[in-house]
Amino acid sequence: MKSVYIVDDSIISPLGFSVEENLQNLKNNTTGIVEVKDTSIHTDSFYGGLIDEKRLTDAWDALSEIASYTKLEKMMLLAMQRLLDKNPQLDITRCGVLISTTKGNIDQLKENNTDRAYLDTLASAIQQFYKLGNSPTIISNACISGGLAIAIAKRMIQAGHYEDVIVVGGDLLSEFTLSGFFSFQAVSPKPCKPFSKNRTGISLGEAAAATWISGSIKNTNISEVVEVVGEASANDANHISGPSRTGEGLYLSIQRALDEAKVSASDIDYISAHGTATPFNDEMESIAFSRSGLEDIPVNSLKGYYGHTLGASALLETIIAKHHLLANEVVCSLGFDELGVSYPIDVIKKNKAIAMQHVLKTASGFGGCNVALVLKKVSI
Amino acid sequence: MMVEDYKITSFCSIKDNKVIVDNKVLYVHEEQGTVKEFTKAIYKSLGIKYPKFYKMDTLCKLGFLATEALLRNAEKPDNQTALVLSNRSSSLATDRIHQESIANKEDYFPSPAVFVYTLPNIVLGEISIRHQFKGENAFFVSEQFDAKLLTDYSRLLLDTNKASNVICGWVNLDSNKYDVFLAIISRKGNTILTEEQLNKLYHT
Repeated sequence: MKSVYIVDDSIISPLGFSVEENLQNLKNNTTGIVEVKDTSIHTDSFYGGLIDEKRLTDAWDALSEIASYTKLEKMMLLAMQRLLDKNPQLDITRCGVLISTTKGNIDQLKENNTDRAYLDTLASAIQQFYKLGNSPTIISNACISGGLAIAIAKRMIQAGHYEDVIVVGGDLLSEFTLSGFFSFQAVSPKPCKPFSKNRTGISLGEAAAATWISGSIKNTNISEVVEVVGEASANDANHISGPSRTGEGLYLSIQRALDEAKVSASDIDYISAHGTATPFNDEMESIAFSRSGLEDIPVNSLKGYYGHTLGASALLETIIAKHHLLANEVVCSLGFDELGVSYPIDVIKKNKAIAMQHVLKTASGFGGCNVALVLKKVSI
Repeated sequence: MMVEDYKITSFCSIKDNKVIVDNKVLYVHEEQGTVKEFTKAIYKSLGIKYPKFYKMDTLCKLGFLATEALLRNAEKPDNQTALVLSNRSSSLATDRIHQESIANKEDYFPSPAVFVYTLPNIVLGEISIRHQFKGENAFFVSEQFDAKLLTDYSRLLLDTNKASNVICGWVNLDSNKYDVFLAIISRKGNTILTEEQLNKLYHT
C-alpha cells in the first residue's frame, strides 16, 4: 500500500496564528482557556478558548478585501492560506479538499441567516475563494471529524483518487453548542482537567487547522517526515450520548489501526488522547487504553490548552502530535493533578523528552463514534 | 486501485409518501400530515418493536426505518458492516428546535434529549446500536446526492477490507421535506456497483 504523509500544517487558535506560536505556548504550558464574559454566547461568565476578534480581523484584512465571509470561514481560509503560503509548490486546484466540521456556521442560525447555516454553503465559500473546480467534501462526524478526515484523506490517496489532499477543520465556540453542553451539565465551572480526580466537565474552544496530506514527499526540504501508517474508525453500538462502559469502539479502532500499522501496543511511544474531562469519557478512554495494553504509554490530552474544539479538535491535536513526534518532546497534560480514572494510565505531568517513533492519536464522540490514527516518523 | 467489482445488493427509498425496497412498494401513506406522523405509520406497518425509536429525532427515524426496510428480508449483515451516509441539511431540522429553545433568555429551555440529535452522524449511532454494527462510520454533507463519492468511498472500504459490506446512501430532512435512499453494497447480487447505476437507482 502506498505511503501517505502529513507534509505540513497550519493552525489558527487562541494559542496563536502559526504552528510555531502554538507550539511555543504549549511548551510554556499556557492555556487558551480564559474566563469569558460575553452575553452573546452565554448569560453568565464561563471558561472557554475564544479566538481574539481583533487579531482575526487584522489577519483577515491582510489576506483579503472581502468582508462578507463569516468568522468561521475567515478562520478556515486563513489556516488554508498559511499552509499554501508556506508551500508555494502546492497547487490547491489539483488537490482533494476535505472539510471537517461539526456545526459549521451555526452562529448564523441565530441571525436568521439560515442559508449560511447549511454546511454546503461553507464548502461553496471555500470553493469560490480558491476557484476550485469541485466543491470540497464535508465530513461531519461529531468530535472525531478531524481525525476521521485525515483517515479518509489517506484512504483516498491510497485508492488513487488524489495525490494530495488538504484537510481543513474548524468549529466555533457558539451559544448553540455551549448551551447544549450546559444542558447536559457537562461544562466545567473552571478550565477543564482531563483525567483528573477533580475533573468536572469540558471547556469548549474554537480553532481552525489545515494539513497537507500527500502520497509523495517530493518538493519538500525536510529530513524527517510523519507517515500515517494505520487508522480506523469503529462504533460502540451502545449509546448515542454516553461512552461505552467497556470502551468497545475505541478499543476496536485502536486494534485495527495497530494492525494496519503492523505494530503492537508496546511500539507506541506516546498517546495523544481525546480527554474531554467529562467523568464518563475519560473513564472510558482509560478502559480502552488498558484493554489495549497501553497503560504504560505516556498520554496527554490537549483539551486543557485549547478546550474542546469539536470538529477541529482531532485535526489540531494530530498536528501537535506530529510536531511532538518530530521534536521528541511532549507537553504536560494541562489541568491534570491526581489520577481520576479506574486504570493506571501514565498521564504526562511535566513536559518531557521522549525518543519517539510511533504515536497514537485517538478521538471519540457522540453517536458512539471513535477513531484511532498511528503516526510513524520516517527519515527521507 | 479497483481490485474487484462490487454489487448493489439491495436498495431502499423513502420518498413521496412511499417506502420502496428493490422496486417493490412496501408501504404507501395515504394521509396528509407531518413527516413525524409518516415515520410512525411506517414503523407500525413494518411491525417493528423497538421502543428506542420513539426517542429518536425525525432524521434518525428516517435512517432507522430505511435500514429496517432494507434488512427485513436480507441476510443479516455482520458487525463489520460500514455505514456511509450523507445529506444536505445535516441535522438542521433538530438544530432549529434547539436554537428556538435558547433564543429567549426569559424562556430558556435547552434540552439534552434534543441537543444530542444536533449532529448528523447520530443516525449512524442509532443504526449501529440496533444492528450491532461496530465498523467504519462516515457522515458526509454535500449539496446533492453524490453518487461518485458514495461509490468511490464504498469501494475503497471493501478493497482495503476495512468493511465486509457497506450500507451507503442519503438521508435528508429539511422542514417537512424528506428524501431517503439507502443501498447495501457487497459482493452478492446481480447489479454491478457503478456511479451511474447508483445515481439511476437514486433517481427512480
